[in-house]
Amino acid sequence: MKVSGTEISGDTRELSGAEIVVKCLQEEGVDYVFGYPGGAVLFIYDEIFKQDKVRHVLVRHEQAAAHAADAYSRASQRVGVCLVTSGPGVTNAVTGIATAYMDSVPMVILSGQVPTHAIGQDAFQEVDAVGITRPCVKHNFLVKDVRELATTIKKAFQIAATGRPGPVLIDIPKDVTTAKCAFHYPPAVSMRSYNPVTKGHPGQIKKAVQLLIEAKRPMVYTGGGVILSDAADQVTKLVKSLGYPCTNTLMGLGGFPATDRQFLGMLGMHGTYEANMAMQHCDVLLAVGARFDDRVIGNPTHFGQVARKIIHIDVDPSSISKRVRVDVPIVGHVPDVLDELNKQLEAQTGRVDRKALEAWWAQIELWRGRDCLKYDRASPIIKPQFVVEKLYEVTKGDAFITSDVGQHQMWAAQFYKFDKPRRWINSGGLGTMGVGLPYAMGTQLANPGATVACVTGEASFIMCIQELSTCKQYRLPLKIVLLNNRYMGMVRQWQQFFHGNRYSESYMDALPDFVKLAESFGHVGMRIEKPGDVEGALREAFARKNDLVFLDFLTDQSENVFPMVPGGKGLSEMILSEEL
Amino acid sequence: MNAPSPYALPVYETKAMRHIISILLENESGALSRVAGLFSARGYNIESLTVAPTEDPSLSRMTIVTTGSDDVIEQITKQLNKLIDVVKLVDLSEAPHIERELMLIKVRAAGKEREEMKRMAEIFRGRILDVTDGTYTIELTGNGEKLDAFIEALDKSAILETVRTGASGIARGERVLRV
Repeated sequence: MKVSGTEISGDTRELSGAEIVVKCLQEEGVDYVFGYPGGAVLFIYDEIFKQDKVRHVLVRHEQAAAHAADAYSRASQRVGVCLVTSGPGVTNAVTGIATAYMDSVPMVILSGQVPTHAIGQDAFQEVDAVGITRPCVKHNFLVKDVRELATTIKKAFQIAATGRPGPVLIDIPKDVTTAKCAFHYPPAVSMRSYNPVTKGHPGQIKKAVQLLIEAKRPMVYTGGGVILSDAADQVTKLVKSLGYPCTNTLMGLGGFPATDRQFLGMLGMHGTYEANMAMQHCDVLLAVGARFDDRVIGNPTHFGQVARKIIHIDVDPSSISKRVRVDVPIVGHVPDVLDELNKQLEAQTGRVDRKALEAWWAQIELWRGRDCLKYDRASPIIKPQFVVEKLYEVTKGDAFITSDVGQHQMWAAQFYKFDKPRRWINSGGLGTMGVGLPYAMGTQLANPGATVACVTGEASFIMCIQELSTCKQYRLPLKIVLLNNRYMGMVRQWQQFFHGNRYSESYMDALPDFVKLAESFGHVGMRIEKPGDVEGALREAFARKNDLVFLDFLTDQSENVFPMVPGGKGLSEMILSEEL
Repeated sequence: MNAPSPYALPVYETKAMRHIISILLENESGALSRVAGLFSARGYNIESLTVAPTEDPSLSRMTIVTTGSDDVIEQITKQLNKLIDVVKLVDLSEAPHIERELMLIKVRAAGKEREEMKRMAEIFRGRILDVTDGTYTIELTGNGEKLDAFIEALDKSAILETVRTGASGIARGERVLRV
């Protein structure tokens, strides 16, 4: 991510705060702002109206504005921007902000605020935006003086995009948008309290090289940090040159090509048998841009029972030794650290122990032989996994895939093989149902002409269904792949496994006719009920380049996601499909 | 299910110790709530927290007394450093340091207890700041244990009101915390 704007731009005329906001966005090269107007931001909207460099995308609910800006960033490596009004505008956006925060996505949120003299008076549509968002932003600002507006916006973009990225909110009272001052947009702002580390410690990198070379049972585990910092090339180079096995987290998919033999699949709660077993039994683990969270390593005590050396590369020092103790911590910008690591590996005279590596691979192939993702392909009812497999085939593995949260998310992650970074857009940390459609919108706008599909479930999709209207307005030719099992599938699965089959409130009663619903929004709807029709329907849908096509697949209600590491269990204590 | 929580920290936790963390932070509105919010959001203890501007009015100096195992303290300092408003911090407990706390205590001082109360204040090097027929208001400075000891030494029923600032700390010798 670049901080752009090398030339100093000035204007002798005094500008209003609203003009300054729009000018700053232009200076940052922002092409889309996702938002929804309201009283406190009317002057900003007036300035948006008067120009055409920054295009505004009118969503139907502020939550979707934040999600779409978030996805725009995830799919393009640029900073996403959203604009909401005071009070309910910003509270509606909070879920989207928290979602971006949990996945470290760079985003700038501009929120309107009541005039400075009304702050604290319980004014109409007043809310303490800075207070409400404080725990779910990287930083936030309340701008009370128009003379600080431009510098604050520059700071926000800089903070959002550097170090461990994250959302930054700027709260702008209405009177600040009308107050005037001379405009100067600084090319960069230095902050004495904010200097993220970039270069990794060379001594630590040397130690890492030594450990990697001496490993008998090595494993490489990479996460969202690799995607966010655009280090997929460096990871691939490292893994290929060493010949070691590699796994990606849910957020890290695409960091290493999924079709490569050295890829063991995703790890974690619904990771593959081979990836989880290799994680548990390796003797040297290289963790890159990942944070050992509970959905990834299961029970940390169980994980820690096996002696292994851990090398951990991350831009955020607080991610290191947070949940597992690390032997070689390397704090730095991931691509820079990996470049140095690759360089030192090339210059290295020691040799990888080929014999040990062969034995390790033989063990991994045995684990892989369990075929842990197998499902009933002869089923007369559509299996959700089958739909994702066909989606992969029909799109030739080259689509941008967004998902909501639940079973369908896991099947998409397991069965769509991502060879490139930034192709898999989902809410990993916060697990926000409803992101799928706004994520697809942001992804499509960031990549015009690209194939974008949203793999979703009926419960998730209904949470942001109003955005079908936005898709019509901006002619977004998304493909909605709805795996409709008439349940909140993941809730139902946990209730089946851990709550004695008592399906408390997890049944989706009174569902709409999705075909008619899509048509009422001006889109194309299709319902698919038989496995034999899956491929044909997908081909027809993707052939309609200019239409949003809503595919309602009626899938097996009782299908579960396997393998599964139950909560609190160790990574190697998986439930496999054949065990039920 | 009685499975262990996936959120439980591993067993290598060391004993919880008292730490005194000194922070230089931007003297801006909201900076204090960012620090306080971090402690409550992540479940860290705060025993006391004091803050005031420094000789450079753009900076505040904060002293936080907290308890935690080595791992928890490591996380606390890392998370604090991540806050944009935090300029610099140091764990004073890592090296020799001085800490002081101020207490104002209003006590009943009537009749024959009046002389005794004055003597107690003198023993603890307190200063009587305000006097009425029936009360003394005493200022006492020291580390927390000394203030505790003074309270212990008094008859409970004689204490009318106490107010303590929480500890402020500074390193001994040449070590300084500044920008």
